[in-house]
Amino acid sequence: MELFIEQSLNGLQLGLTIFLLAAGLTLVFGIMGVINLAHGSLFMVGAYGAALTAAKTGSWILGIAGGLAASALTGFLVEVAIVRRLYHRDHLYQVLATFGLILFFNGLVALLVGRAPLLMETPKALSGFVEILPGIPYPTYRLAVMAVGLTVALGLWLFIARTRTGMLIRAGSTNRSMVAALGVDIGRLYTLVFSLGAMLAGLAGLMVGPIRSVQIGMGEQVLILTFLVIVIGGIGSIRGAFVGSILIGLVDTLGRAYLPSLFKVFLTGSIADGLAGTLSSILIYLVMAVVLVVRPRGLFPVSE
Amino acid sequence: MSALVLDHVVKRFGALRAADDVSLAIEDKELHAIIGPNGAGKTTLIGLVTGELVPNGGRISMQGQDITDWTVPRRAQAGLARSFQITRLCEGFSAEDNVALAVQAKLGHSFRFLRNARKEPALREPARAALQRVDLLDRADRLVGELSHGEKRQLELAIALASEPRLLLLDEPMAGMGQEESQRMVALLAGLKGKITIVLIEHDMDAVFSLADRISVLVAGRVIKTGPAEAVRSDAAVRSAYLGGEA
Amino acid sequence: MTDRWKLLRSILIVAAAVALIALPFVAAMLGSTYAITLATRLLIYAMVATGLNLILGYGGLVSFGHAAYFGLGGYTVAILAFHLGEGTSILGFPGTNEALVAWPLAMVVSGLAALVFGALSLRTSGVYFIMITLAFAQMTYYVFVALKYYGGDDGLSLARRNTLGGARIVDAQTFYFVCLALLALVIGVVQRMTVSRFGMVLSGARADERRMMAIGYSPYRYRLTAFVIAGMTAGLGGALWANLARFVSPDMMAWTKSGDFLAMAILGGLTSIAGPVIGAAAFILIESTLSGLTEYWQVIFGPIVVAVALFAPRGLWGMLAGKQER
Repeated sequence: MELFIEQSLNGLQLGLTIFLLAAGLTLVFGIMGVINLAHGSLFMVGAYGAALTAAKTGSWILGIAGGLAASALTGFLVEVAIVRRLYHRDHLYQVLATFGLILFFNGLVALLVGRAPLLMETPKALSGFVEILPGIPYPTYRLAVMAVGLTVALGLWLFIARTRTGMLIRAGSTNRSMVAALGVDIGRLYTLVFSLGAMLAGLAGLMVGPIRSVQIGMGEQVLILTFLVIVIGGIGSIRGAFVGSILIGLVDTLGRAYLPSLFKVFLTGSIADGLAGTLSSILIYLVMAVVLVVRPRGLFPVSE
Repeated sequence: MSALVLDHVVKRFGALRAADDVSLAIEDKELHAIIGPNGAGKTTLIGLVTGELVPNGGRISMQGQDITDWTVPRRAQAGLARSFQITRLCEGFSAEDNVALAVQAKLGHSFRFLRNARKEPALREPARAALQRVDLLDRADRLVGELSHGEKRQLELAIALASEPRLLLLDEPMAGMGQEESQRMVALLAGLKGKITIVLIEHDMDAVFSLADRISVLVAGRVIKTGPAEAVRSDAAVRSAYLGGEA
Repeated sequence: MTDRWKLLRSILIVAAAVALIALPFVAAMLGSTYAITLATRLLIYAMVATGLNLILGYGGLVSFGHAAYFGLGGYTVAILAFHLGEGTSILGFPGTNEALVAWPLAMVVSGLAALVFGALSLRTSGVYFIMITLAFAQMTYYVFVALKYYGGDDGLSLARRNTLGGARIVDAQTFYFVCLALLALVIGVVQRMTVSRFGMVLSGARADERRMMAIGYSPYRYRLTAFVIAGMTAGLGGALWANLARFVSPDMMAWTKSGDFLAMAILGGLTSIAGPVIGAAAFILIESTLSGLTEYWQVIFGPIVVAVALFAPRGLWGMLAGKQER
């Protein structure tokens, strides 16, 4: 039971982290119609920015600021220099260009920082455990990550539902020409949304830093999880991204934790391990396949 | 037996009833025009007949066969051909290629991988014949992008004819045409009249009244009148709802 | 199409064919085994890119998971050889090292995977299709990472190349010509396919799906067929790759590999038969040159890929042909 609670919390934490990425990616697609493979690179930039700043200054708060700034600035530059030219292009070229960006960023980090993974320390204030239920301690840091994820989700919802810019974003994802007709500088709106998405990706990256290591390629693993989430949730839907993220986080974490023992009930040792290992690593893809069969446009399809 | 029957068909978009209990019977070999102001639901009606839209209620049948649940390609295979209001052609293909594709669809053997389809007489001859019927044979080798607007409309008609349809659905074939081009199209349609069943949706009233055997008037999703041209022209309800504004 | 361009095109094609046939002899004279390995890689990549171009260029389907079929083909060959070496059987069949068995089987395995993944992915379109093809490829990747029996992350080595009809293919030159012959065959078949009835429907559905449905076609069946053919071609490429490298690993299926194939197809130019070959050649030349220059070659290569996407959407062949072909 303790294990189950702990693993569920781990799953939630993974889900909320993915949500930070999925929210930005789905907004960028929903509003600008651009598929951005380099979103994972922004995740990586956030992690490296935070790790390097924290190591230099010795302050994790400055580290967070550094990571956010690095990812938002990178996002801004990428939008202005490249993504802006892709808005009206075929998806094929968006894929190719942002694929090129991934290669570039991975190479650049290798060149500037090196290929060895960086270790990022958990902030001292958050390094302990909290007894969430009697007899069940849970790392404070992970709780903090979840709190941040939930806060951002809430903040995004308020931002999109209640503010004028949010209204424009909602309108922009269904009717671009109308927004333009309102006299809004659509180019600036796009840059803003893209940079915001980049910053959220960076936030996810810098929070994952102390849990996993900071290394080249970290963005691509999580990018593919993010794609699954978006496909499951429905492209362009923040709500879909949230539900999809939590679902994927839980299924992946619990699958890895429980499938092996479940299989051992029916099968013997090595076969059970092999099958369980294989199945648990592809479980989330099977979930996606099922959703796809039942609802090809995702759980929360955005009408066109 | 009627060529096409709509039986109490309903289509809703949210609160809007774009087709509100529409019942229509198109007779065999009839040229039946559907007119109505913008927003009356003409485009919705076409979508329902072609299968691009699924009705919320009612049935649609073709030659006595219930086609309500059929897909777009299946209806086409059963003999329903259409033209598009805004020209839809395969860019990058020649005019003849476009028509040959329709011939090929009619023949039904498209899983052939190695023979050059552009050199198959079984495809090219009927395609050229259809181009001939719309006076476009001299443009057969031109790419779609090189054709004028009027020629593209003629090509649309050739594609529809090439599949030897039982029912031809024409969605504003004169849209965007100059007077001369319109007159050519009217002459083409007059030549087809009586040979196949045609449902004509058109804004050009002169064309409609000169061509149609019968006319249905669609207003706010409802058919308010169906009848021969003279009966429709003199109908009080039609005049106040629609024609009145123009007369 | 002008006569001048037709002539130029014929000359270019003949020159390329002569160069490809002469290459191993030149390499042998120079005593360079590296050159012949590099050239064989080119042939294999060109084959995979040619298959991919059928769905990408002619079908308009952006599959971002093509490496999965490449890897499955490679693994089929390697697993059959592995069981032969162990003296064990797989699904009741003994292992084999015979190309005439292993290579067609590689195509069947890749084709079946493409059938299943394609059947699901093609229910969607656009960005969904891109993400889903990528996800299925990634799933395949993780399956092989988890298959410890076949080496997991570390992959599988092949003790020797496949025999072809009982004869051993020992030297690199013979293997090069086997690959060249198969590439020529694949190009020939794909070229004919693009102008066949099937190819016309495939291209028509890319140009205007609604129009094609209105005249009675269900694009799904044609797209799925093309997807399977492209998958089988990649499977054959993977089988050859396993023989060239004498090693397979999940890296063959990595998503970056899918990106590489995509880049090759576009770099050369879509909707042309020459494009993928030129693209594969350019890709290999750039990659090998840059990686010889610096270990951080991606810093230069990435921007080149971006530039192609932004400024040369019709690829090298498209730029050469100008307005002559589209």
